[in-house]
Amino acid sequence: MKLFILIILFFFALNVIAEGSSRSIVPDTMTERVRACTICHQDGDHDQARSTYYPRIAGKLEGYLFNQLRHFRDGRRYHQPMALLLENMSDDYLQAIARHFSQLNVPYPSPESIDLKSNEIQLVEKLIRLGDPQRNIPACSACHGDTLMGNTPYIPGLLGLPSAYLTAQLSGWRSGSLIRGQVTNCMSEIAKQLSYDEIIAISRWLATQAVEGEAQKVLSPDLIKRCQSIFLEGVAQE
Amino acid sequence: MSPYYFCFTSGFARKCALGYLVFFVLFGVQINLISAAPGEQDLARGEYLTRVGNCLGCHTAKGGVPFAGGRRLSTAFGTFMTPNITPDKETGIGHWTEEDFWLAMHEGKSRDGRMLYPAFPYTEFTKVSRADVKSIFQYLQSIAAVSQVNPAHEIPFPYNSKPLLFGWRKLFFKQGIYEADPTQSEEWNRGAYLVQGLGHCDACHTARNEVGAKKDAAVGGGQMMGANWYAPSLYSRKEASVTDWSLEAIIELLSSGVSKHANVSGPMATVVQQSLQYWSPQDIRAMAVYLKSLPDKTTQENVRYPEMPESAKRYLAQGEKIYEKYCQDCHGEVGQGVPGIYPALANNRGVTLPVPLNLIRAVLNGGYPPTTHLNPQPYGMPPFQQLLRDDEIAQVSSYIRNAWGNRAGLVTIVDVDQGRGGNH
Ligand code: HEC
Ligand code: HEC
Ligand code: HEC
Ligand code: HEC
Ligand code: HEC
Repeated sequence: MKLFILIILFFFALNVIAEGSSRSIVPDTMTERVRACTICHQDGDHDQARSTYYPRIAGKLEGYLFNQLRHFRDGRRYHQPMALLLENMSDDYLQAIARHFSQLNVPYPSPESIDLKSNEIQLVEKLIRLGDPQRNIPACSACHGDTLMGNTPYIPGLLGLPSAYLTAQLSGWRSGSLIRGQVTNCMSEIAKQLSYDEIIAISRWLATQAVEGEAQKVLSPDLIKRCQSIFLEGVAQE
Repeated sequence: MSPYYFCFTSGFARKCALGYLVFFVLFGVQINLISAAPGEQDLARGEYLTRVGNCLGCHTAKGGVPFAGGRRLSTAFGTFMTPNITPDKETGIGHWTEEDFWLAMHEGKSRDGRMLYPAFPYTEFTKVSRADVKSIFQYLQSIAAVSQVNPAHEIPFPYNSKPLLFGWRKLFFKQGIYEADPTQSEEWNRGAYLVQGLGHCDACHTARNEVGAKKDAAVGGGQMMGANWYAPSLYSRKEASVTDWSLEAIIELLSSGVSKHANVSGPMATVVQQSLQYWSPQDIRAMAVYLKSLPDKTTQENVRYPEMPESAKRYLAQGEKIYEKYCQDCHGEVGQGVPGIYPALANNRGVTLPVPLNLIRAVLNGGYPPTTHLNPQPYGMPPFQQLLRDDEIAQVSSYIRNAWGNRAGLVTIVDVDQGRGGNH
């Protein structure tokens, strides 16, 4: 019996060695596995970052990325090329991919240079820092962090993204479109309250900010409650 | 195949006894003559069989509640909406009896007598034994009831007409459970039972005619209804026949999604992810034994390709440049690939299929093999539709179909255009 086990182990080892040698050509890393993603999301390629619609995903919060990947796979957020790539992936793999991108530390592009009128700047800064209680809009910074670099684990940072992308997201929520309007949560409700002029001004303002600081780690209990659906959704999968 | 059925219809008493023994050891099934509520073992068996039939895959909306229906199935005849099959009394099948359920699976009739559309693969499920259908029913009645009303099918005239469906059934639906072939082994019969019945491989792997009926003998190839994919023939060495493969290679491909000969992609990747990866080792093996035994029915003799004209050679040279720049890094200098990671393109049937649809889809959309227990973190192929123009995609596709010993027709811009769209 012992001999039998030994023989089995021996063959097993042989097998591993053989496998190892053929695999050694291809790095056994997440970086290699997500080449299908980085063909578009070339975070760190600053010419691309500025000229295209592809949002940066490197360094974003893991929980947020995981939620988005599930949305794309399950048709709640729409971008066909990504839906096709993610179609037959398990939650476990999506989590691993989210973790991989969240841990990347790639330099951010320099801000876009867009001229903003002073009344636009005022309007935006007020929404960002104070919100608009009359329309039940909290300060953006209350959720997205004082630095606007996000709030662990589910609220993303808003800096370092192309203005065209930001406009499309906020308008998507506002109009309930396929791109991003299929999910109702605290953010879609806020975006519905914004006017298109405000959306454009905010997107341009955000894209012109220098990227600095870290993600925040505290969210007030009433805002947690307000974003309950996102927190529950994330926890259910842990 | 269920041993109950097999033993009643075949003369192999001894094999049968053995089969029973194995069956008892494997599933620990108890026969309850005065059968009452199903035990845990029965439910586990029922759950397993729903995996084999992939009821979950079709009867769950994307990101939706399991078995509550609402998945849209686009076909050439319109869009079907799968029903709720949880035991909810109002919106599901909670008030169904086992007999009602049997009639749906076996005869394709709903509880109210309505003829069901063959988008529900009862054309294959009719081969499933009564005992297996009962297990599935017991399991489905044991899960949580979910109240969910799904939208109606969107089937335009004339396909929504009762007489048409009636006529279709008369012509093309052959009702009846699987009959074992006594000249074949028990394992082979089990494989045939699974492939032709619950596994419903024919639902895709068969050419269909204008009214959605299968064109020829089981498991020939054909463009899938609605989905823009070509399901290759399991009867042709040039397509998806695995006659020349080792059993191990067949098992590896169908349970993990990758092998040194090929990868599964598109709808087949979904089948592996949702169903085949969960098949028991015995059932996967039985299926492999059966698939390997299928004869090569290729009628066409080896096509002789004439010497290429200069213009075609120039076209391919363009393709070669694109290959070197964008593809070679993964698929290798001579299209050799890396086994289990990046598929070889040389000597790959998926690349040289007469219908170049799947190849074009791969280049336009990229893709990942399915995540499975055996291959939980697959490597992926990037999409190129945002990077290459249609003429470039046609060139590189033509090149890989005619490099390293591959030989197949050239791909045109029109082909590339037809490869776009579709729901998969
Ligand atoms: C064809 C180009 C392309 C490919 C390939 C691609 N993406 Fe994307 N990705 C996009 C675009 C465009 C968007 C923005 C979509 C929108 O409008 O919401 C996006 C959005 C995202 C987002 C949301 C970012 C945010 O801030 O909300 C994540 C996460 C993401 N992609 C991850 C991936 C991963 C992981 C892969 C590989 C499996 C991948 N992408 C492959 C183009 C691509
Ligand atoms: C109550 C908390 C909350 C407030 C206040 C809030 N957000 Fe958000 N925001 C979120 C959450 C949560 C998400 C992630 C949504 C998801 O997972 O789909 C988000 C996402 C976003 C995104 C998408 C980022 C990306 O990478 O795709 C933008 C843009 C955005 N918010 C802008 C704003 C602006 C501008 C304001 C102020 C007007 C604001 N948010 C106020 C919670 C908030
Ligand atoms: C390829 C997709 C597909 C698969 C796989 C599938 N179904 Fe269905 N099923 C359908 C569609 C579509 C209908 C609706 C047919 C109609 O309304 O005419 C349906 C109808 C039914 C019905 C009839 C419901 C009613 O209200 O009349 C039952 C019962 C059912 N399926 C059970 C199952 C079981 C059990 C399995 C697994 C063994 C299964 N289905 C696998 C697509 C599928
Ligand atoms: C939903 C439709 C669908 C169903 C159901 C289906 N297949 Fe497939 N199958 C395809 C398509 C499309 C391809 C071509 C894509 C590819 O090569 O992976 C394919 C390819 C294959 C291949 C060839 C793989 C290769 O690359 O050589 C085999 C073998 C196969 N299928 C076996 C089966 C078996 C066995 C079943 C039943 C258990 C089955 N299929 C059920 C659609 C389907
Ligand atoms: C990052 C590595 C990578 C690059 C670059 C790449 N591929 Fe792929 N390719 C893959 C992987 C992984 C698969 C398997 C995908 C699947 O199973 O869905 C694949 C599959 C394919 C297939 C389908 C093969 C089959 O068996 O059905 C074709 C055809 C193909 N690639 C052609 C190309 C061409 C042409 C290019 C260049 C324009 C290219 N590939 C670039 C990794 C790559």
